[in-house]
Amino acid sequence: MRGRIADSLVASDLTPHGKRRLVEGSINGVLFLCGLVSVLTTVGIVVVLITESAGFFREVSIVEFLTGTQWSPMYSDQQFGILPLLNGTLIIALGSSLIALPIGLGSAIYLSEYASEGVRKRVKPALEVLAGIPTVVYGYFALTLITPVIRTVFPGTGIFNAASGAIVVGIMIIPMVSSLSEDALSAVPRSLRAAAYGIGATKVEVVTRVVVPASLSGVAASFILAISRAIGETMAVTLAAGATPRMTLSFLESIQTMTAYIVQVSLGETPHGTLEYRTIFAVGLVLFVITLLMNLLSQQITRRFREQYE
Amino acid sequence: MSDHALETRDLSVFYGDTPAVKSITLTIPSRRVVAFIGPSGCGKSTFLRAFNRMNDLIPSARVTGEVLFRGLNLYDPTVDPVEVRRRIGMVFQKPNPFPKSIFDNVAFGLRINGFRGKLADKVEESLQQAALWDEVKDRLNDNALGLSGGQQQRLCIARALAVEPEIILMDEPASALDPIATGRIEDLIRVLRENYTIVIVTHNMQQAARVSDLTAFLYVGELIEYGETEQLFTNPREERTEQYITGRFG
Amino acid sequence: MNGEHFSPRLAARRRNGTIFKWLCFGATIFAIVMLVILLVDVTSDGLRWLSIDFLTRYPSRIPARAGIKSAILGTLWMMGLTASISFPLGVGAAIYLEEYAPANWFSRLLQTNIANLAGVPSIVYGILGLTVFVRFFGFQRSVLAGAATLSLLVLPVVIIASQEAIRAVPRSLREGAYGLGATRWQMIRHQVLPVAMPGILTGTILSLSRAIGETAPLIMIGALTFIAFPPTSPMSPFTVLPIQIFNWASRPQADFHDLAAAAIVVLLVILLAMNATAILLRNRLRKQL
Repeated sequence: MRGRIADSLVASDLTPHGKRRLVEGSINGVLFLCGLVSVLTTVGIVVVLITESAGFFREVSIVEFLTGTQWSPMYSDQQFGILPLLNGTLIIALGSSLIALPIGLGSAIYLSEYASEGVRKRVKPALEVLAGIPTVVYGYFALTLITPVIRTVFPGTGIFNAASGAIVVGIMIIPMVSSLSEDALSAVPRSLRAAAYGIGATKVEVVTRVVVPASLSGVAASFILAISRAIGETMAVTLAAGATPRMTLSFLESIQTMTAYIVQVSLGETPHGTLEYRTIFAVGLVLFVITLLMNLLSQQITRRFREQYE
Repeated sequence: MSDHALETRDLSVFYGDTPAVKSITLTIPSRRVVAFIGPSGCGKSTFLRAFNRMNDLIPSARVTGEVLFRGLNLYDPTVDPVEVRRRIGMVFQKPNPFPKSIFDNVAFGLRINGFRGKLADKVEESLQQAALWDEVKDRLNDNALGLSGGQQQRLCIARALAVEPEIILMDEPASALDPIATGRIEDLIRVLRENYTIVIVTHNMQQAARVSDLTAFLYVGELIEYGETEQLFTNPREERTEQYITGRFG
Repeated sequence: MNGEHFSPRLAARRRNGTIFKWLCFGATIFAIVMLVILLVDVTSDGLRWLSIDFLTRYPSRIPARAGIKSAILGTLWMMGLTASISFPLGVGAAIYLEEYAPANWFSRLLQTNIANLAGVPSIVYGILGLTVFVRFFGFQRSVLAGAATLSLLVLPVVIIASQEAIRAVPRSLREGAYGLGATRWQMIRHQVLPVAMPGILTGTILSLSRAIGETAPLIMIGALTFIAFPPTSPMSPFTVLPIQIFNWASRPQADFHDLAAAAIVVLLVILLAMNATAILLRNRLRKQL
């Protein structure tokens, strides 16, 4: 194109010419559109959930929905109180937290503060495997191994029970708690540990009284994210925890989570466009809002934690 | 023997196979300020940290020789380093207060060591000794990280004083501070000398000259010269010492 | 001397330390033990049903004649389509965010949005896919609808992993290209992408191994649970391994439970292969650098 060097240079010599500019500009545009897909996804989720739920709430009052303690949209005596489903979800979240949070934190402390490099190299991939197992496999595990064990220890437990679901969901989220907490613990500067050792603290005192407290917000953020994951969990609880929406504090009974309910309706024959069908969206909206708020909270805490050490 | 706070005999420290401190023998007398000077990388910090067994925390570190404290070799297998560190305190280069309240920072050492008196009184006493009490007495529950750099370092000194050490090791305590804060630390050292033995590592020769009674010059892990500060700086015996203090290298 | 004011109780403190250490070790071991129990349980349950016939037969109401052929083919179709959609979109978005996006509020919003999307429950994606792809776009209960939904699900993971890979490319490489008069796209295409590609591929494979196990969104889409034919086009109805597993596990008969276990073994083997590939890629990448 420009084979000879001009005797004098003008500004237009240095501006990109037509074709090149077009190519660069269109690439920029295409890539921008790719980025936009994620925005469209969020917009799509929000729009779908809200518009369909709006249709639902035209027939069912929000107050009844949020405060009612009976959930029976498919029965002749239709009740639309979501509290039993919330109850079910929260029982699973609670039970799984009781397992995953202490064990996840404990293993994070061990890996971060006590374990040798060799142990760490072998344990961390194993935890990653645990995290990569599909949830339907956990559901199978709950149904065929955990539930029989529970029923042996606590005779009278139903075939479907909350404990079984909570246990496997707990196992499922251990890697998440462990990995994120470990990051938080490692971020605590060496100088703080040195200060504690310098005063004559033993290792366990350095870990429990200085390192863990200093990393508390990072650990808390990991807890919140893990609980959020437990709340959104579907297949394990669908297989093992049951399809009985009820208000209960007992782990030995069958319950139903919000997610399991949505699956149940999808598998059924409910015609599209009916009130019963729209319950999917109303429940989905509640689920979405809860997990979104928890994730935002976790991000806030993480941001404040990072500021502390940078 | 009771005139000596610490005595090292042929003390060497290795990181893996690399020697950082080569067979140093010297005596730290009680209630004096001893300064270690030398170019960076000469091993003075490593040498200092051998006194309170902080090198134990580095996996590749290995120590040979003896450190005698009140007649007992600190590296004897029956000695618990945790107990050593209570009696030989340390202040670090960059102030490192815990992200806790000012009160809890000072009380930390008291709590874990089972202090048998009134916590609040001891905290106040330590903060007084560190010349920080007046500045913080009304905000003991505030987070220590809100203090200025110089205040944080004095807090770290108070924290170390609270557990009643006999010897205080200071690893370049003022190098991260501005000149005014540095001056206050140096004043503090002069006051503390009446009750404690202080060993200070510094790369600032003027500081060593101002603050210490005895000075040791280290170079590439070896002790080159050790003597009264005034004499070492005005009339050094060794040629390398003279070269260092006149700025020929380092 | 100064020992009178303190009662250090060193022995007790050390003992507590040892107890604590073993508790933490126990916590670490617990997870591993659970993993082993799970794997042993699944394998022992399903082993007797694993055979070539199992892999090549279609599902049946009679356990002895049941197989996962349609499920495996459906899974392969699903993975292929999902990869084809999510890979270009994800990498494109990552390139945009790392190389083109101006540092303004919109870009930050984009980034936060992606992080949030990564935490949305998969069933919500199912609801989205059902409404948008199955009904609105009219894809019906097809592989395409399923793949589109799963693509949206894994997109945040692909984007974040690709961003990290692109960010890891050293500045000196970019400056060298610019210095020779390359345009931004030329620099990206010829310098950044080749170096970042192993990391990008690793991230993509890992995100696909997440997608392969997804059940809930596909149930919402309407993937069927009894399919006796393979997909013939993106618009075909389909089923996938996880759904077949779910279907068999939901039945009361023990034989179907064991069939589910056998299918789980197949699924886990596929996952293992994918992860091993991803790790090999990562190691090759490390050696290169």
